[in-house]
Amino acid sequence: MLENIPFWPARASTTANNVDALFIFLVVVSGLMTMLIFTMVTYFAVRYRRRAGRPAEQIAGSHALEITWSIIPFCVFMAFFGWGAIIYFQERTPPKNSAEVYIVAKQWMWKFEHMEGQREINELHVPVGRDVKVIMTSQDVIHSFFVPAFRIKQDVLPGRYTVAWFHATKPGTYHLFCAEYCGTLHSGMIGWVVVMEPKDYEVWMGGGGNQPLAVTGEKLFTELGCVTCHRSDTQGRGPSLVGVYGKPVMLEDGRTLTADENYIRESIVDPGAKIVKGFKPVMPTFQGQISDEQLNALVAYVKSLGQPQSSQTGGKSMAAATP
Amino acid sequence: MATAVVETGERETYLNREYGIKSWLLTVDHKRIALLYLIGITFFFFVGGFFALLVRLELLTPAGDLVQADTYNKLFTMHGQVMVFFFLIPSIPAVLGNFLIPIMIGAKDLAFPRINLLSWYLYIIGGCLMAYTILAGGVDTGWTFYTPLSTEFLKTNVITAALAVFVSGFSSIFTGLNFIVTIHRMRAPGMTWNRLPLFVWAHYATSIIQVLGTPVVAIAIVLVALERLFHLGIFNPALGGDPLLFQHLFWFYSHPAVYIMILPGMGVVSEIVCCFSRKRVFGYQAMAMALLGIAVVGFLVWAHHMFVAGISVYAALIFSLLSYFVAVPSAIKVFNWTATMYKGSITYQTPMIYAFGFVGLFTIGGLTGLFLACLGVDVHVTDTYFVVAHFHYIMVGGTIMAYMGGMHFWWPKISGKLYPEFWGKLSAMIVFIGFNLTFFPQFILGYMGMPRRYWDYSKAPEFQILNVLSTAGASVLAVGYLMPMIYFLWSMRYGKPAPDNPWNAAGLEWLIPSPPSTFNFDEQPVVTWEAYNYDEIREEVPVGQ
Repeated sequence: MLENIPFWPARASTTANNVDALFIFLVVVSGLMTMLIFTMVTYFAVRYRRRAGRPAEQIAGSHALEITWSIIPFCVFMAFFGWGAIIYFQERTPPKNSAEVYIVAKQWMWKFEHMEGQREINELHVPVGRDVKVIMTSQDVIHSFFVPAFRIKQDVLPGRYTVAWFHATKPGTYHLFCAEYCGTLHSGMIGWVVVMEPKDYEVWMGGGGNQPLAVTGEKLFTELGCVTCHRSDTQGRGPSLVGVYGKPVMLEDGRTLTADENYIRESIVDPGAKIVKGFKPVMPTFQGQISDEQLNALVAYVKSLGQPQSSQTGGKSMAAATP
Repeated sequence: MATAVVETGERETYLNREYGIKSWLLTVDHKRIALLYLIGITFFFFVGGFFALLVRLELLTPAGDLVQADTYNKLFTMHGQVMVFFFLIPSIPAVLGNFLIPIMIGAKDLAFPRINLLSWYLYIIGGCLMAYTILAGGVDTGWTFYTPLSTEFLKTNVITAALAVFVSGFSSIFTGLNFIVTIHRMRAPGMTWNRLPLFVWAHYATSIIQVLGTPVVAIAIVLVALERLFHLGIFNPALGGDPLLFQHLFWFYSHPAVYIMILPGMGVVSEIVCCFSRKRVFGYQAMAMALLGIAVVGFLVWAHHMFVAGISVYAALIFSLLSYFVAVPSAIKVFNWTATMYKGSITYQTPMIYAFGFVGLFTIGGLTGLFLACLGVDVHVTDTYFVVAHFHYIMVGGTIMAYMGGMHFWWPKISGKLYPEFWGKLSAMIVFIGFNLTFFPQFILGYMGMPRRYWDYSKAPEFQILNVLSTAGASVLAVGYLMPMIYFLWSMRYGKPAPDNPWNAAGLEWLIPSPPSTFNFDEQPVVTWEAYNYDEIREEVPVGQ
């Protein structure tokens, strides 16, 4: 129905439906308020035009009116706030068991890596009807991952991960834009999100014979020597990483945090930042020695350790679980 | 009242008291300094406007075919920097505020006349640094200077641009300081706080923001320069820094800065609406408190520019809530201006046309701010043309309309001449039409998903039609702004001489001659009446003015 309104952008995700409903509410209320003010000003301007013999009537004010037209707008604003907050909270909370795609943004392209190992540049293939979480970092400056048809946007920062998620509802090809000014070819840092029927997606996935991301990570884990300290038998100089993802970690300084992607990533590039209780700060940093893609592989591998379905793909693949 | 004469036998005014370039460049007369600022900001307005026209021309077609990508990035950057720091922020305070505040409170000058002149010199030095930046090849950081792009990746004149903003910031701080002290300490006998024109209250609130906020952006800019020169690792994650720290420091000022840009305009509109409705303002206390409320709460909302930047969900929730709080006093003001017109005796001279335009366009701009404060919608529209449209509605549809209205309202007082009323009304209407045609399509473009700062949109040709409309509007708007340039200059030579009070308006500035003599008042006035005493004034606005 909304598609019939000229200029209305394509809607291809669950979020898009929610955001559009709220947007329409805002448009209607704002439209009414605008018409109210425009009508009153125009009416007064005409009705109270200067007329001989009718001077202006001096009116100091009215407490009752001031209070009324403070409280009513305030209540309306709180409705806007509340509805917007609910949608935002949902947008910032990826569903459990979302399929995952790692994104590395750089001037001026988008690099995607699926858990099964497929790599794409500037084009992201996803199946319709599935929760997809993107785990993103930048190699250089701040970029922003923006898919208008999904109504989602998330800045992509160097040195850490930011996360977004979507649930595509309509097959099609949709614009992907970089939305944070990033230099010369900011307007060229664009591409497409291709939403496919599940069976078409299987076909697309099948071709390639790629190495799953977590397996790449496992190989790196050995090559870089991580395995010498982080042994699964907890006898190593570093904490065992089996099952660490998503669990609370107690630090030397007394803080407890949940091990998320950013924690794992930070532990590799800046191990001195947070020391696990009972361990010494002896881990060397890998900052500058591994690429963002290799970091992603390591993070994917660590996440897969100790997970119930430790399949080849390390879980979280789009083809693995059917919703 | 004023009977002093100069050699030619005519009445001594602040304009003819002394001639020669030295008498202008070394003046401490607030009225002359206001004119010095007028020249500066008008020059920068046309520079910034020229950059905008080039941007709009490029966007006529989807392909980037007018200028190169780097050039385009410089054009929108410098359009923003010039317009914000060298036009909008000084505009009303430095021209109308400087000229009128001492007179409106019954004083001979500001509290610190020499600091006032220093403010102007700092503005000019900053302006020269900006001009140097432009001539040396420009800068392409975006007016927001985000790191690490600005600190690690760009090879353009980032430091000179930063320096230009840094220096001109002190102009802003000193002007704010001057106004605060003046308003506290130099009011004439009987001019109590509750009798002050809202124009004065508005500048008081603005000055608080200028004094408290500007130092923060100064520091932020210094840190960018230091990072760029010495790679200290403040904002660079590879060295342990945090790029988001810059955004917090920058927006902590730059959000209140938008209130620096709008509050003076609100003050101007209150003066105009009261005069041309022949009524005291509806709800004087509420209007004054709303100005202060906006200034204070305006310091608490900065991270609504960062909802998708990577801040925590809880921070985002708090800043969204606070952003709705700051919207309430603005809404109150719109209702009060409307109520002031109720049962007034309204005429439609040029200043009032601009005031009508302000009320309408500020309403739309403010309402679209509510869209942006709304987290769920903001995620979609932030960093798109929706934001561009929103802030232009407030800054151009709001501030510039108010500035033009104020310039027309007080032109007779400042210059001693009347501008041609027909051309004034015509320009106001051309501006209104051109403005809406330029910026309304941008709301739609934003919701469609067109990002900001895009040189080329050839992969999204569906954006073209609205861009063409927008560019057409910009050309109309340009005509609307050129016309006053021409007829104001014309009026200085050929305009009808202005009486003391061409509008029969309330306010101390209308009790002295047009133009005023150097020390404003022959004798210090003693005020025994309330602000907007139109019940006592009784006469209407003269017809045919």
